[in-house]
Amino acid sequence: MRHVITALVQNEPGVLAQVAGMFAARGFNIDSLVVGRTEDPALSRMTIVVVGDDKVLEQVRKQLGKLIPVVKVRDFEVVDYVERDLMLIRIHTPPEKRPEVVELVNLFRGRVVDVARTSMLVELSGTEDKVEAFIDLVRPYGIRELARTGVIAMSRGQQRNGAAEKEDA
Amino acid sequence: MSQEQKKTTTQKFAGRKGAEILHEMLLEEQVEMMFGFIGGMVLPFFDVLYTSPIRFIMSRHEQGAAHMADGYARSTGKVGVCIATSGPGATNLVTGLANAYMDSIPLVAFTGQVKSFLIGNDAFQEADMTGITRPITKHNFLVKRVEDLGRVVREAFHIARTGRPGPVLVDVPVDVTTSAPANEPDLDLRLPGYKPRTAGHVRQIKMAAEAINAAQRPILYVGGGVVAAGASDELRAVAEKGKLPVTTTLLGLGTFDETNPLALKMLGMHGTAYANYAVQESDCLVAVGARFDDRVTGDISKFAPHAKIVHIDIDPASISKNVKVDIPVVGDAKNILAQMVEFIEPRDRSAWLAKIGEWKKKHPLTYQTNGKIRPQEVIETLGAMTEHEAIVATGVGQHQMWAAQFYGWKRPRQIITSGGLGTMGFGCPAAIGAAFGNPGRTVIDIDGDGSFTMTMVEVITAAQHKLPVKFVVLDNGYLGMVRQWQELFYGRRYSAVDHPCPDFAKVAEGFGAKGMRIAERSELSDGLREMLQADGPVVCAVEIEPEENVFPMVPAGRALHDMELGKLA
Ligand SMILES: Cc1ncc(C[n+]2csc(CCOP(=O)(O)OP(=O)(O)O)c2C)c(N)n1
Ligand SMILES: [Mg+2]
Repeated sequence: MRHVITALVQNEPGVLAQVAGMFAARGFNIDSLVVGRTEDPALSRMTIVVVGDDKVLEQVRKQLGKLIPVVKVRDFEVVDYVERDLMLIRIHTPPEKRPEVVELVNLFRGRVVDVARTSMLVELSGTEDKVEAFIDLVRPYGIRELARTGVIAMSRGQQRNGAAEKEDA
Repeated sequence: MSQEQKKTTTQKFAGRKGAEILHEMLLEEQVEMMFGFIGGMVLPFFDVLYTSPIRFIMSRHEQGAAHMADGYARSTGKVGVCIATSGPGATNLVTGLANAYMDSIPLVAFTGQVKSFLIGNDAFQEADMTGITRPITKHNFLVKRVEDLGRVVREAFHIARTGRPGPVLVDVPVDVTTSAPANEPDLDLRLPGYKPRTAGHVRQIKMAAEAINAAQRPILYVGGGVVAAGASDELRAVAEKGKLPVTTTLLGLGTFDETNPLALKMLGMHGTAYANYAVQESDCLVAVGARFDDRVTGDISKFAPHAKIVHIDIDPASISKNVKVDIPVVGDAKNILAQMVEFIEPRDRSAWLAKIGEWKKKHPLTYQTNGKIRPQEVIETLGAMTEHEAIVATGVGQHQMWAAQFYGWKRPRQIITSGGLGTMGFGCPAAIGAAFGNPGRTVIDIDGDGSFTMTMVEVITAAQHKLPVKFVVLDNGYLGMVRQWQELFYGRRYSAVDHPCPDFAKVAEGFGAKGMRIAERSELSDGLREMLQADGPVVCAVEIEPEENVFPMVPAGRALHDMELGKLA
């Protein structure tokens, strides 16, 4: 089972190594791990996508919570949440293929950020599923390069600044 | 031990050197003694120590210092403190930290580090200690600014002693100890992510008590957590009110007086047959401060198959880690047992206790008394001579299991033994640490020839301080526990277990201790008495039956009741 877990951690050296080391030492499988700052400079948020059965996930949550610099752990399995994965992808596009690819990009609400003679650089964000669906569709054209941030997530109840989140595509 | 209570320092730290700040903070933490070994990157601190009321004990190897601090902590309940220089000094602490981590022992280890601006440059005697010790400490710190030093020391002690205790490493670059903060540093703890839960949920406690009340064949399975919580009295109250038989893990020995009729002694791979049978037949197993280690459970899928499982533990991550728990209670064992006793109802358990009584009669711990001296009789004799009141450290191996089985444990903090990591070489320095922490008490190290050899250099430390530790080396000339496995599971192909020993008595004398050797049964009582009555440290090697085995034994991977009873059957 795939779970998205976030951990609010104290922003100090070694925390990433501590979390990554714990996962490795206990044999937990990480699909992705993203670290970024939060509105509080003393805290960072880690978003971790983990695959495992209930028992493994319970251990993941508890072992994370046990690390001293980890302030809070949330498993988004039980709450309604929004997740986003940002991708940059360079697709092989000879001029005659450009319109088709641009159409796909528009359908997925992506953006073309750079166009070269035989390729296009596209920015796309969304759930992992959506990003992967796009990758599958453009694979036949030829993928030259691809980079993804991994998932970040936030629960719907936790909206800040009153900005209502909306799920698209 | 609350955060408030700890803020006692009225010292002004602005303008004072890091080494002095560190020292003041150790005084605030009421550190009376520290164990360690000097080197270049800790010179400024040792300069402060020159006039300090804190007693510094030099070990002969940093591993010894860590184990001494550990033995001191286990026997006194205080935080053990050790110190080493950067690089090799620090890496020599690693085994000691891992050992303390596995057994949840509160230690604070200070290591010198190269100058902060050299870190990462492969400087002379640089080692990435926070990196190396991350998986074997409860937490660690690299202090890069002198402004943080005081607070970090306070945090380190707080983390080490609270919640599920454990070792904490504080790595201090030498320039941090020689520089001074310009302004008064903030000493308040900054640990927003650390809030160990101590009070159990009343609802869970009630549910646990109801499960016990409803059970026909309940059993308490008790581990080191009860030692850490100081919950022996509460444990006895629960057991006696509910007429609940009690079995303990290796680390739980002493939490329940073994002369109590409800005591089943140790369970597990080398536990008593009656404890293991009782666990397997029980319909309600209550684990208190124990973690369902594989040496305890045998084949986990067949462990206590009929039992509803209650688990009381301060570490939520221990719960349902190895077995599925029906009723978890997270919190401090003392607190929880004290509440629980109110809900426990006296029930008639005579049928269950009678059944256990039959097992006890049928399968007592016993041994043969022909041929060479048997290790078990050495330990029984020591138990009787010390009225089961001594502090007993052990190495790791067969002798450790015989000590666990035959000494006769009465009170908590009496056994000082390496459980989780199984560290050969722990006994000698741990006994020394315990002796430093318990002046006037008899301290014995029941050791194996192999284990003792690994760290016996610390006998020099004992001799230097005329410390009356009695090192009893059960000399079978083998790495006996491994030999036993080779005998039973590898067709007696004894590979690399023959262990030629030096003359331990002569070694002892060379080290400045009294040396003795006992080879005949007729000399045993007098010899041991002479050893116990001697003033300073004594190393007493006892030649024992070389191929004696530890029974009962649950071979790895078998169910707990599926024991080899050996010659006892
Ligand atoms: C540091 C370390 N190395 C290896 C082992 C593996 N080991 C476990 S018991 C044992 C034999 C111990 O021999 P001894 O101390 O003579 O005790 P005996 O079993 O003979 O009583 C060994 C080698 C260990 N536990 N620790
Ligand atoms: Mg031996």
